[in-house]
Amino acid sequence: MNGTIENRDSFLEKIAGKLNRTPGEAPELPIWAHKPQERVYNDYSEEQLTVMMKKACEPIHTSVYETTLDGLAKQLVQLIDKYGAGKIVATKDERFEAFGLSNVLDSYQVYTWNYKEGRKNIDKAAEATIGLSICDVMLAESATAGLFNDKDKARSVSLLPETSVVIVPKSCIVPRMTQAMQLIENKVEHGEEVSSYINFISGPSNSADIEMRLVVGVHGPIKVAYIIVSDV
Amino acid sequence: MPMKVGNRPFFDGVDEAIHDSFMVNAVSSAQDGLRGRKLSATIGDKALGDWEEWRSAGEEIRAHTLNNLDYYLKQLSDHFAARGGHVFFAETAEEARDYIKKVCKEKNAKHVVKAKSMVTEEISLNEVLEEEGCEVLETDLAEFILQVDHDQPSHIVVPSVHKNRQQIRVAFRKLGYEGSDDPKELAGFARKTLRSKFLNADVGITGCNFAVADTGSICLVTNEGNANMVTSFPETQITVMGMERLVPTWKELDVVVSLLCRSSVGQRLTTYVTDITPKPNQDAVDSPKDYHLVIVDAGRSNALGTDFQSALHCIRCAACINVCPVYRHIGGHAYGSIYPGPIGAVLSPILGGYEEYGKLPYASSLCAACSEACPVKIPLHKLLIRHREKYVEGGGHPPVMERAAMKGFSIGASSPAIFRAGTKMAPIMLKPLVHNGSIPKGPGPMKPWTHGRDLPAPSKENFRDWFKKHKQQSATIRTKGTGESL
Ligand code: SF4
Repeated sequence: MNGTIENRDSFLEKIAGKLNRTPGEAPELPIWAHKPQERVYNDYSEEQLTVMMKKACEPIHTSVYETTLDGLAKQLVQLIDKYGAGKIVATKDERFEAFGLSNVLDSYQVYTWNYKEGRKNIDKAAEATIGLSICDVMLAESATAGLFNDKDKARSVSLLPETSVVIVPKSCIVPRMTQAMQLIENKVEHGEEVSSYINFISGPSNSADIEMRLVVGVHGPIKVAYIIVSDV
Repeated sequence: MPMKVGNRPFFDGVDEAIHDSFMVNAVSSAQDGLRGRKLSATIGDKALGDWEEWRSAGEEIRAHTLNNLDYYLKQLSDHFAARGGHVFFAETAEEARDYIKKVCKEKNAKHVVKAKSMVTEEISLNEVLEEEGCEVLETDLAEFILQVDHDQPSHIVVPSVHKNRQQIRVAFRKLGYEGSDDPKELAGFARKTLRSKFLNADVGITGCNFAVADTGSICLVTNEGNANMVTSFPETQITVMGMERLVPTWKELDVVVSLLCRSSVGQRLTTYVTDITPKPNQDAVDSPKDYHLVIVDAGRSNALGTDFQSALHCIRCAACINVCPVYRHIGGHAYGSIYPGPIGAVLSPILGGYEEYGKLPYASSLCAACSEACPVKIPLHKLLIRHREKYVEGGGHPPVMERAAMKGFSIGASSPAIFRAGTKMAPIMLKPLVHNGSIPKGPGPMKPWTHGRDLPAPSKENFRDWFKKHKQQSATIRTKGTGESL
């Protein structure tokens, strides 16, 4: 369904007039003379990126664990217990099963997001203490979890519970935002629809608005933990 | 003017501000903190490569986008609408307000939650919606504090920088807060108070850090999680963007987001960088069903095709504010505009005219620390001078203007030695104000703060050195009693 556009013609004509342009005429997108971003960490191996990412977790108050695919279930259980178990919500993501986590989800009676249940999902996420998500792209430079949220991989899961646990498949670690943007831009070039909510999250919510003192945990999660899993 | 803060003339505001010692201290330490963080995340981060090249990349992207603004706005609106969103182009603040009011009315909205947005401050949106009977809640912690205390922003990144924790505790008492003045407890109170508001609001309103033209997406750069709340639970979402705040593609978004996060708060990335593209008919439960984008001119086009076009390259990082010696002494409110500091002194006259804001360009020592701090290389100090020239030249009241100009010039001249050095640093700019190689004398309206106060050390080595040397020199001159009284 198409939306609407109001008041555009006169608005753009005024701008084009001031810029001495024919309104709406497409410019050539320049080949940028400066692209420093492409050189940052671009020769790092997966191992180097993992080391960097773990280091980047410190300043953003995020705990990080690393395990193998075999050890993942055990690691997740340990972490859930550490955070006091309680009510848990997870995104609907087939990778939970692929990673052998179905039993863990069952045994802790984890509520898996189901959009057909409507508002109930939000209530479940709001009362949960832990939210479980799986990362789509991890930016090593800033230890940022990129989540391509949709109706199943719901944004609420990494937003409403006090603790957000994000599983990070090692293969999705990239140097920085540059590679994630390239990934998105490639999709656009191939005519794919860009996700309606792409969330890059670096640690727990925080604020320094009161006398510049850092407070960790404002409206989003108060704690964030990553589990890196070697998935190949 | 909607963007106006307070009702006092600029120089009166200055007088009051510099005698508010808490404010002056708070502003200085915020400046120092933010500047230090910025330096370590920019020139101090060797992995980034050459920070100057990053700045050039930012400049290049912003210049190209602004030079072809009509095209990128067309592309943005086409894509936004193709995904089911509604776009409204507002030439004036009033048109923007009326449109948003209309949407809220149609939705029968009673509860509106807002994430921090300078442009909605600029167009005085809250007042209009409140008149319509909506409860409008600011949810950014700083903005929430200001709203509870009926106060105004004084910084574009940390709007409540002038308030201390005791004042905040007292303000929160109005909402039943009984806790201490511990920032964590205060923030916890805001979390508790706002949580159910987020989940039950009818309309969510945000600003826009950057829009991406080639997909019709909106990028929000935040830390507290409130913007994510505002864009997830209300059925209707409205994004209000200044018309210049966009980039061609996601690749350029990478550069400007990196520049913004590092220059504003010294983070590699802020906690949330959230990219939203409309999809109203999707089944997602935690997503708006109706999405509106309001693109605001409100005076910005005055700068297009003029010497001031580069002011629209601004990405609102506040790095220029955080190095400004004048801002350090007078704080944000004295500017009388929601946009303070060097960028405010450049932007406010463009948006609001010389009559209201013509004196602001004199709130500068012309030390050029702002231009050097700017991550997209806006030549702020040159633009300030250009404003001064135009202010003096134009408006049909040359004598009055001239007088104001001379008065204002004492800002750059807390001592003759500093002033002479300043003129050497920026000779071209002083052309209209220097007569026979000297500046006419006169008691400056800024005298209270220039008199007997030390200027702070700005960020750049060369200026620091320069300043150290000249401060000593000027002190010597003052003690010897040979300095001219300005
Ligand atoms: S003018 Fe430059 S330094 Fe100042 S807020 Fe804008 S982008 Fe930042």
